[in-house]
Amino acid sequence: MFNQRTDLPLHKDPSNRFLPWLIAFMIYLATLATAGVMALDGLLSHWQAGVTHTLTVQISPNASEKKTEQVLSASLNLLNRTHGIAHAKAVPHSEIMTLLEPWLGVSDTVESLPLPILIDVELLDGVQINMERLLKDLKKIEPSASIDDHSVWLERVIRLTQSIQILAAAILGFIGFATIGTLIFTTRVGLAVHHSVIEVLHLIGAKDSYIARQFANHALGLGLKGGMIGIALAGPTLLGLGYLSSRLEGMLLPDVTLTWIQWGGLAMLPVLTAFFASITARLTVLGTLKRMT
Amino acid sequence: MESTRKDDVVKFENVGLRYGLGPEVLRDVSFNLRAGSFHFLTGPSGAGKSSLLKLMYLAHRPSRGLISLFGRDIATAKRNSLPAVRRKIGVVFQGFHLLEHLTAFDNVALPLRVAGTRESDIKRHVEELLSWVGLKSHMDARPPTLSGGQQQRVAIARAIITQPDILLADEPTGNVDDAMGFRLLRLFEELNRLGTTVIVATHSRALIDRLGYPTMSLENGELTKLPSNEGGLSNV
Ligand SMILES: Nc1ncnc2c1ncn2[C@@H]1O[C@H](COP(=O)(O)OP(=O)(O)OP(=O)(O)O)[C@@H](O)[C@H]1O
Ligand SMILES: [Mg+2]
Repeated sequence: MFNQRTDLPLHKDPSNRFLPWLIAFMIYLATLATAGVMALDGLLSHWQAGVTHTLTVQISPNASEKKTEQVLSASLNLLNRTHGIAHAKAVPHSEIMTLLEPWLGVSDTVESLPLPILIDVELLDGVQINMERLLKDLKKIEPSASIDDHSVWLERVIRLTQSIQILAAAILGFIGFATIGTLIFTTRVGLAVHHSVIEVLHLIGAKDSYIARQFANHALGLGLKGGMIGIALAGPTLLGLGYLSSRLEGMLLPDVTLTWIQWGGLAMLPVLTAFFASITARLTVLGTLKRMT
Repeated sequence: MESTRKDDVVKFENVGLRYGLGPEVLRDVSFNLRAGSFHFLTGPSGAGKSSLLKLMYLAHRPSRGLISLFGRDIATAKRNSLPAVRRKIGVVFQGFHLLEHLTAFDNVALPLRVAGTRESDIKRHVEELLSWVGLKSHMDARPPTLSGGQQQRVAIARAIITQPDILLADEPTGNVDDAMGFRLLRLFEELNRLGTTVIVATHSRALIDRLGYPTMSLENGELTKLPSNEGGLSNV
């Protein structure tokens, strides 16, 4: 299809040299933006799951260990009875110590510190819990009780992430418009440059669609070529970013990787671009020729 | 004279043509051409012969007057119906208008490809015709590497490859010797015998005298000699 002999000497146009690289650059940016949107999507759903699925209840330690035990079991009792809670369990002392270790080190002094009691609570899917009432009931047992439902800071992060996604999508749209604009322009230039050949083709009985097809096929070829270069450059960049994020993972970001479907989607980007390039060229030629005569 | 007949393939009524804001280069041109006729078109340089042919192959619209081809008024014809009309008209342009980036073969094949003919048929037809005009060994040559006469023969082959209903040839033998000129005109006569209406614009007295077809003459944008009503068919 791409080695097709053309009646218009389009392969000699100067635009052939820069257009694939321009498209390559656009595809490169578009791929990164799309991958960013996809990866943030993964993060978002992870975080949103976090928001809806767990809570932490915190209770200040009491002077007497016995009282503390009582408060803990009463709280667990209450939580496990509450509708919408799958189950609640105290975070073992040793686990809290491990969490604190990086900051406080291991020593007997730390062991003797009055550490708060933490209760991990897992929620049922899709059941709304009345947080205010739950907190009120907990405070009846122990006034110092507090619920950390992670939602405040997570919601902020989610909102930030969503703004970044919107920005990336806007950039994507902008890239698309710029590319289409360039294609329309180069196609018009091509029509002007090959004006006399097109006139002969017309006089010989060529329909506008015959001429448009040649421009469309040519644009398809350029689009594919540029797309291949772009994706060839974007692939390593993405893998590099993925590697970096996997090194950061332990600290903040869970799972910034793409699924196979998402990788497939990215690989389709050059094909889609070539397809749109070809349609753009075709419509430009048809529109321009119609106005010319 | 102005009566319309069913077998008039070309009909001009009070046609005038001006380029841009310039003077009228054709004035009050009225004539009918019967299907299957063969005419020479003569007249001094600048008289308007090429302009008259351009109107017939729809390269220009008249500034006034009425033109019908194959019984249809071309002024009211829709833009997308013009390609079909043009495919029935073969043209040898005065300046050839060959596509320089294509081989002789591809230039001649162009009207067939544009019309969607099968590639295998194209190969057979084009090779046969190029052989006939003596360009068998130049099929892969590009026009800029051909002599003027060779280019002219490519242009003629391209004009007749589709066996058009009308053949318009603008000085088709200007660049070849008399012998080749007559040989090429034989092709036109062959086509004419199969029913093609032919008009050949020429300055060559020798050609006109030897072939003896009727002439129409233009002088200063006006038709001074009208086509003969029984041109062409009477020769069959
Ligand atoms: N594209 C054009 N723009 C403006 N004027 C034109 C154009 N083409 C032809 N003319 C003018 O129209 C007149 C007729 O030109 P035309 O080419 O029809 O003459 P011709 O009879 O074919 O001459 P020749 O025998 O030299 O080919 C001339 O005066 C010419 O200057
Ligand atoms: Mg002329």
